[in-house]
Amino acid sequence: MSDCEDALHELYGFLDGELNADRRERIKAHLDDCQPCAEPYDFEAELREVVRRKCQEQVPAHLVAKVRAALDGEAGLPDLANRAQASRPQARRHQG
Amino acid sequence: MADRSTFADLAMDLMPSLYAAALRMTRNPSDAEDLVQETYLRAYRGFGGFEEGTNLKAWLYRILTNTYINAYRAKKRRPDETDLDEVEDLYLYRRIGGLEAAMAGRSAEDELLDRFTDAEVKEAIEALPENFRLAVLLADVEGFAYKEIADILDIPIGTVMSRLHRGRKALQKRLYQFAVERNLAPTQH
Repeated sequence: MSDCEDALHELYGFLDGELNADRRERIKAHLDDCQPCAEPYDFEAELREVVRRKCQEQVPAHLVAKVRAALDGEAGLPDLANRAQASRPQARRHQG
Repeated sequence: MADRSTFADLAMDLMPSLYAAALRMTRNPSDAEDLVQETYLRAYRGFGGFEEGTNLKAWLYRILTNTYINAYRAKKRRPDETDLDEVEDLYLYRRIGGLEAAMAGRSAEDELLDRFTDAEVKEAIEALPENFRLAVLLADVEGFAYKEIADILDIPIGTVMSRLHRGRKALQKRLYQFAVERNLAPTQH
């Protein structure tokens, strides 16, 4: 694979922070020298940022209050951690 | 063992992110509120089983996702894996990245991307079939690592990567449709 093919192939691995330090450095060095490869990288990074930013939500105040009240209601009850543990899906697998 | 009395202090700050994810999952504010409340209750009850020092956000997302899947997936019968068109890599870049050259300014595409409204971006994500939607949401909106997503969704890392790959392309395709509809981008033949 050429350096350019390599860089495009690793684009998401790079942006997702999933490459090891060596691969990361090699790609970075290539992007510094290769504008045609740097452009889609910048574009995808910007798109990611735009998606993340535009998906934020304001939590309704009544929901915060409802959850707090529900947790307060639970606070007097005994710790159910062990029972909750046993009913989790990954715990159930051991029985089958 | 984590102490339940510290749960609210640690977990309440994460509610904006959990609520946003719940909205993208259920696509309905009232269901999203129920889902968030149920998630906090389950998390509180099981907090003794949370290993302190590990990632609380990932742990809460696992509960959120399991609760969502158990409560809502049974309700619908939509084909999932099969109804995504295959489109080329860098779908959106190849269509609107080129506008930058025409407009002779480095930031042209950035501005163009910024012109998508919140509603359009949310709708584009919500239009993804569920499996793809969850993967894209966890990676691109919440910034979880592949391994964390694999743990949250209880699927292999390879499956996470392929869902992300296809889901992201489908998201870009939908965004491009919005851009064309609003004359932000030219139609390509």
